[in-house]
Amino acid sequence: MTTTEASPVHDVDFKLELYRSQVALRRFESRAYDLFLENYVKGTSHLSIGQEAIAAGVAAAMRPDDWTFATYRGHAHTLARGVAMTPVFAELMGRANGLMAGKGGSMHLTSVEHGVMGSYAIIGAHLPIACGAAWSAQYRGTDQVAVAFFGDGTVNIGAFHEALNFAAIWKLPVVFICENNLYMEYTRTSEVTAVAHPAADRAVAYGLEPILVDGNDADAVYEIARTAIERARAGGGPSLIEAETYRHGGHSRADPGKYRPDEEVALWKSAERDPVSRYRTRLLELGVEEATLVRIEADVDAEVDAATEAAKAGAAPGEDLLMKDVWANGGAEWRN
Amino acid sequence: MAELTYREAIARGIAQEMRRDESVLFLGEDVGAAGGVFKGTVGLFEEFGPVRVRDTPISEQAILGAAMGAAMTGLRPIAEIMFADFFAVCWDIVANEIAKSRYMTNGQMSFPLVIRSGNGGGLRFGAQHSQSVENWAMMIPGLKVVVPSSPRDVIGLMAAAVRDDDPVVFLESKALYPTKGEVPDGEIVDALGTAAVLRHGSDATIATLGLMVPRALAAAEELAAGGIDCTVIDVRSLIPLDTQTILRETSATGRLFTVEENPRVLGWGAEVASIVAEEAFFDLDGPVVRITTPHIPLPAADALEDMALPSVERIATTIHKAMNS
Ligand SMILES: Cc1ncc(C[n+]2csc(CCOP(=O)(O)OP(=O)(O)O)c2C)c(N)n1
Ligand SMILES: [Mg+2]
Repeated sequence: MTTTEASPVHDVDFKLELYRSQVALRRFESRAYDLFLENYVKGTSHLSIGQEAIAAGVAAAMRPDDWTFATYRGHAHTLARGVAMTPVFAELMGRANGLMAGKGGSMHLTSVEHGVMGSYAIIGAHLPIACGAAWSAQYRGTDQVAVAFFGDGTVNIGAFHEALNFAAIWKLPVVFICENNLYMEYTRTSEVTAVAHPAADRAVAYGLEPILVDGNDADAVYEIARTAIERARAGGGPSLIEAETYRHGGHSRADPGKYRPDEEVALWKSAERDPVSRYRTRLLELGVEEATLVRIEADVDAEVDAATEAAKAGAAPGEDLLMKDVWANGGAEWRN
Repeated sequence: MAELTYREAIARGIAQEMRRDESVLFLGEDVGAAGGVFKGTVGLFEEFGPVRVRDTPISEQAILGAAMGAAMTGLRPIAEIMFADFFAVCWDIVANEIAKSRYMTNGQMSFPLVIRSGNGGGLRFGAQHSQSVENWAMMIPGLKVVVPSSPRDVIGLMAAAVRDDDPVVFLESKALYPTKGEVPDGEIVDALGTAAVLRHGSDATIATLGLMVPRALAAAEELAAGGIDCTVIDVRSLIPLDTQTILRETSATGRLFTVEENPRVLGWGAEVASIVAEEAFFDLDGPVVRITTPHIPLPAADALEDMALPSVERIATTIHKAMNS
């Protein structure tokens, strides 16, 4: 089993951008949580607080025309591809200025123009779908790569295994990224999984190299993703990456996550483990001025505030949207 | 004009579209060199090669997931699910993903794909290889559903399905595979959402589909000999549904009978009957009568399966009784 060390060589501007991206995801998610408690966000929402290094690090390794397939926990993966905050907040709030005009909601964020080919809320479903996009790229010779994100609990559903075998036999340009945050909804994945490393220990079953990475180190994630994506682009076939991480909060909504030991939560939230704090410390150690980081943080805060207000200003979706776009002709007619 | 079997028409329909459009690909289990377990796709592998005609593992979710991902990125895949019963292991991809993703994304994506599958009974395969599942597909918003009954319709509706920008579930009646029909030369392209009136009569209207079409036609001949003259409509397309043809032909005779292979409860005829009740009630001279498979798993033994599926005799007797009561 290989554990990849963080790549030592990145220039500071690249790192600052990666820091900005992680801070943006963190602060967006914190605001989304507040908006949920204030009942602006209805229904449900699943946050990536604590897991930002994965979405940010992988996105940094993707080409603009590569494809992301995310889950219901997909705000971060969507924003990391360059989607603006306002339409994402507005989608969470069910507004007409939402990313999908309120028709999808928090679990289905999609922005085709940014290569975000959907967020999927049925566990594992998007893995075979990502294979299809990769097959399309392979057939058309476009060099595009599909990247599918999913959780540790997802490795126990059939679609995962069908997709992995399928990608391997067709040598598809697809990268599977398991964000191992140790828990499913309210149960520790290890209690219901036959192997210790839910994804990495399954890799050999599909003729793939087991890959484990520190998912709270954006540089390490970036490096491993870059290698896998370039390999896929060059015709080397799929990769399965297990990124170890933790969600600071509960599974969804206002879940307090009480099924987890306090010491465990405290450890993962500590400055040594938390991906954003760690990255900040790394930048300071590299000689970046504190003021530079503070400016980035202030810029992000301003962006989050402005996006929150712009989203809140959106109207409720009108009746014109209700019967729109079931079919490619834009309508919903099923009979004459 | 040539005489083709329903089975041969499948390969011809797919080949017609694959020749025309490089973005049409075909995938499924045993569909390549083997030509399909029903031999419905013989010759495609030889003509189009292993890149465009691809054998898959026994992974129905992967087959349909691959079709969906390919369709959302600009291809027009045709996927085979060997037996329609197997939809039960990949229904998530059909009903939750393919059907809903266009609407959920506010029209950002389209899914121009065809899922073809061997549907229905008559081959004594028992309850897990004989179900008629057109009503499963029909009740999911976002899916189009067609069921051809003749070789000519297989080709024409396949072409229409492939060219349509929406997902189409294309259900082939397995028991019709060896049946023959005249097929014109050259390209055949039909239209989804169009029913065909196969027989004109003045006393009663029969709406039917797939394997039940030849049986309804034979029953109509028997009934005609006894003085009941029936119109027979081949509904062909459940979504979109050509209700105008059904309403018009029902109003013309004043009676409607549906002949359905699917089990009774919420079969497609229930929707048709409710539309007719709402919109043509005052043209009716008697109740709408549904002739269906009973609400049971289909038994394997030939004697039992023959009792379960609507037969020519049951269709004729039911209509005869209803018309004389
Ligand atoms: C097929 C299916 N089963 C169950 C669920 C309910 N569910 C939603 S999220 C979740 C936990 C998934 O855990 P994991 O894969 O580890 O992802 P995480 O939420 O930790 O990111 C479950 C069981 C579902 N959405 N789909
Ligand atoms: Mg998890």
